[in-house]
Amino acid sequence: MNTLKITKYQLKDAARSKWVVLYALFFLAATDALFRFGGTGERVVLSLMNVVLLVIPLTSIVLGAMFLYGSREYIELLLSQPIERRTLFHGLFAGLALPLASAFAVGVAIPFLYHGAFSGAATTPLLLLLGTGVLLTVIFVALAFIIALATDDRIKGLGIALAVWLFLATAYDGIVLAIIHLFGEYPLQKPVIVLSLLNPVDLGRILLLLQLEASALMGFTGAVFRRFFGSGLGAVITTAALFAWLAIPFALGRRAFARKNF
Amino acid sequence: MATERVAGRRRSRRSGRSSRPTADRVAARLAHHGMVSILTLGFTAGSLAAQDVVVGPAGPYTTVTAALEAAEPGARVRILSGTYREGPIRVRKPVRIEGVDWPVLDGGHQGSVLIIEADDVEVRGLRIRNSGVSFVDDHAAIRVDGGNRCVVDGNRLEDNFFGIYVARSEGCRITDNVVRASGDREASSGNGIHLWNARDVRVARNQVRGHRDGIYLEHVRRATIEGNHCEGNLRYGLHFMFSHETEYSGNVFRSNGAGVAVMYSRSVRVADNVFEDNWGATAYGLLLKDISDSEVVGNTFRRNTTALHSEGSDRLEIRGNRFERNGWAVRVLASSQGNRFTGNDFIDNTFDVTTNSRRNYNHFEGNYWSAYRGYDLTGDGVGDVPYRPLRLFALIVERTPEALALLRGPFVDLLDVAERVLPAITPETLVDASPRMTEVTR
Amino acid sequence: MIRVRGLNKRFGRLQVLRDLDLEIEPSRVTAILGPNGAGKTTLIKSILGLVKPDAGEIRVGGVRVNGDGAYRRDIGYMPQIPRYPENLTVEEILHMIQDLRGQFDDLDTELVDAFDLGPQLRKPFKHLSGGTRQRVSAVIAFLFRPRILFLDEPTAGLDPVASSALKDKILRERAAGRTIVLTSHVMSEVEELADMVVYILDGTVQFEESVTGLLERTGEPNLERAMARMMLRVVA
Repeated sequence: MNTLKITKYQLKDAARSKWVVLYALFFLAATDALFRFGGTGERVVLSLMNVVLLVIPLTSIVLGAMFLYGSREYIELLLSQPIERRTLFHGLFAGLALPLASAFAVGVAIPFLYHGAFSGAATTPLLLLLGTGVLLTVIFVALAFIIALATDDRIKGLGIALAVWLFLATAYDGIVLAIIHLFGEYPLQKPVIVLSLLNPVDLGRILLLLQLEASALMGFTGAVFRRFFGSGLGAVITTAALFAWLAIPFALGRRAFARKNF
Repeated sequence: MATERVAGRRRSRRSGRSSRPTADRVAARLAHHGMVSILTLGFTAGSLAAQDVVVGPAGPYTTVTAALEAAEPGARVRILSGTYREGPIRVRKPVRIEGVDWPVLDGGHQGSVLIIEADDVEVRGLRIRNSGVSFVDDHAAIRVDGGNRCVVDGNRLEDNFFGIYVARSEGCRITDNVVRASGDREASSGNGIHLWNARDVRVARNQVRGHRDGIYLEHVRRATIEGNHCEGNLRYGLHFMFSHETEYSGNVFRSNGAGVAVMYSRSVRVADNVFEDNWGATAYGLLLKDISDSEVVGNTFRRNTTALHSEGSDRLEIRGNRFERNGWAVRVLASSQGNRFTGNDFIDNTFDVTTNSRRNYNHFEGNYWSAYRGYDLTGDGVGDVPYRPLRLFALIVERTPEALALLRGPFVDLLDVAERVLPAITPETLVDASPRMTEVTR
Repeated sequence: MIRVRGLNKRFGRLQVLRDLDLEIEPSRVTAILGPNGAGKTTLIKSILGLVKPDAGEIRVGGVRVNGDGAYRRDIGYMPQIPRYPENLTVEEILHMIQDLRGQFDDLDTELVDAFDLGPQLRKPFKHLSGGTRQRVSAVIAFLFRPRILFLDEPTAGLDPVASSALKDKILRERAAGRTIVLTSHVMSEVEELADMVVYILDGTVQFEESVTGLLERTGEPNLERAMARMMLRVVA
């Protein structure tokens, strides 16, 4: 009950915050621009994918950490009320992840609506894009919680948040590519799949690709790869891994919150 | 070697004009071929004046074999509705066989059903099923062996090993047949329409589904394959080898196990076909292997793993095609030279062009690329900045396919941008100097 | 009312609380004094459950503090630096706390009038001055008529009018039998409000005595001087 109440007031606060509005406007402008330049709904989804995979993790982890540092005293105040920490954590988490996720979803969905591309061929890819974006939001908010609870120095915390984002969103792929390049002589299909599962951004990307561009992935000659990408198995495993990414940072964040000295 | 390459490149540059005569030559040949078939048609129609022989469950003849025995050359054999199980029926004289209300010839899973050994035989309106399946003999619903000027028109062939099998024949016309099988293994499934060692053949408006290869040609000269619909065949929708001076136009090849393969032939014209939904590691919209002096014009390639794969193919004119949402739109292996890609649309393909080489001997000009981000300040409909359709990432994937897992990741996109700004690895000559700003084929 | 036994807390290398024992009597005003970094705030936060002690036991009204937050229903807390969601108005914040506590009546709104907060009620928190924030915080601490009040530097940042109003309120609530724990740097204020003084240094209670007792024992004219003498003695 109290979780919902905390979330409710968080949402009320967030609804009036310029950050959330700006965030929604950003996606609205980007999506609208893609429609004006690119055309069809499916193509827009594909172009948005890159934006989503870069911007959502960045915003979620940085705004998340900033929010937590900015709310320290508020959290203390709430904790002095007869509220359990677990409840407060859930309330704060939802109060942070929900506005970010909905700002993204609304910002993307509105141009699809008024460009008349919401229903039709683009529906499934769009819903998948929205789903992946929401999942990434939650995952990176959870990472933000872990980081902000681990260090009280907010400059250091924001630095770590940026580093985590940079690593997962770009550097990780570079490392994978380097590994592929260096060990090109060896059978790499399984290691590459496993490496991809270890990074939520890659996971989200692959999950989307399985829907949007299976044509290319199907062309792969390796049996493991093809079985993974070609059958429903790939989607099941990636979704499962994504949910693991959801559950584990969330649980770690909650544990850190329960043990934190405020 | 070096001089050869330079010469090859020069030739490809000039071939914008020099290829016209090639095209005209193909067209002239085809026109001639068309006239030939019209003439043959007139001739056969005129000679068919003899009396009818009727086969039916109630007589006068109750078996097709007996009716054929009795028929004069040039007679019409009318088969009334009913089911006829006679073992292989051999046609040894020029007759017109016509089904009335879809009589069924059932092969009882033994051998071929109808074997045509005479010239000028026509087969119409029959329903033929259950030919024998053999790993040694090519049993077929209709097997034409040595008969010239045959007409196989408007039949329904169901669950046969081979559908229509034509060997050692000239001037046959195979039109408007529906050929279906429910084969699930390549070995126990024959080809829908199989032509071997034939000349001046016309295969038009047939529907072939569920066979090994939809339409198969080997050692065929001067064939026209048009308006056919090959879907859901186990291997190739169309498969041909050593068949020169052939034309394929207006066909639809959809969801076949491996797409379409055209091999070891010259002077082939592939026009206005649709290649669609051919999926899988070894599936191609159109696989060209050792093809030369040919044209691929006005086709639509949609949602194929690899739309056009060219291997050892030279001097091809690839013009006005639409490549849409394929994994790889065009894959030109280094063994292919002097091919010209002009006025094509490349729309939303994962990779527009790929190659396994760091050199390029093919020419790209005046194509529309949906991934092109240039501008047209001069307003002439042509982008002011050249376009490099080969992404660095495509080369990486060609080398280590596992890298495909990184597709559309920010990192590889960054690599691509860097390579576009400062080309270091992709071939310098693989560039479209005059990319179109708008689609060509629509 | 509140009993602390053998409380230890370490932040990294810094031992903030060291075997701290303390008993706070009901229906009195207890002032916790000590220099910055002595452990006053950590002690209060430990009692509130904001800080998890490494060792020791805390009982509030006989109930052991061990993670279950129900005992905080009896506690009102006024922190040093109050912060609430930036975009919520004072009204909404007050309502939020009521909502969370599930208590909408029998509220003590005396301070709203005493502080003349009426005109501020519809302003978002981010537009409030430091003093107003402090006043909102005081209102919330007293709102639910808790049996125990923790006031961390309650008058810091308040203008004399508000400060006096708050002090009056504290004395009234003490008379009504509430247990009040406060920290302050202003000795005259402590002398005016407190019955008991607890002096903490280096994470332990150095002495614990009634204000009158202190004045008698040291023979000084006021608490400030009495404390100064006691502190010298502690150091020596």
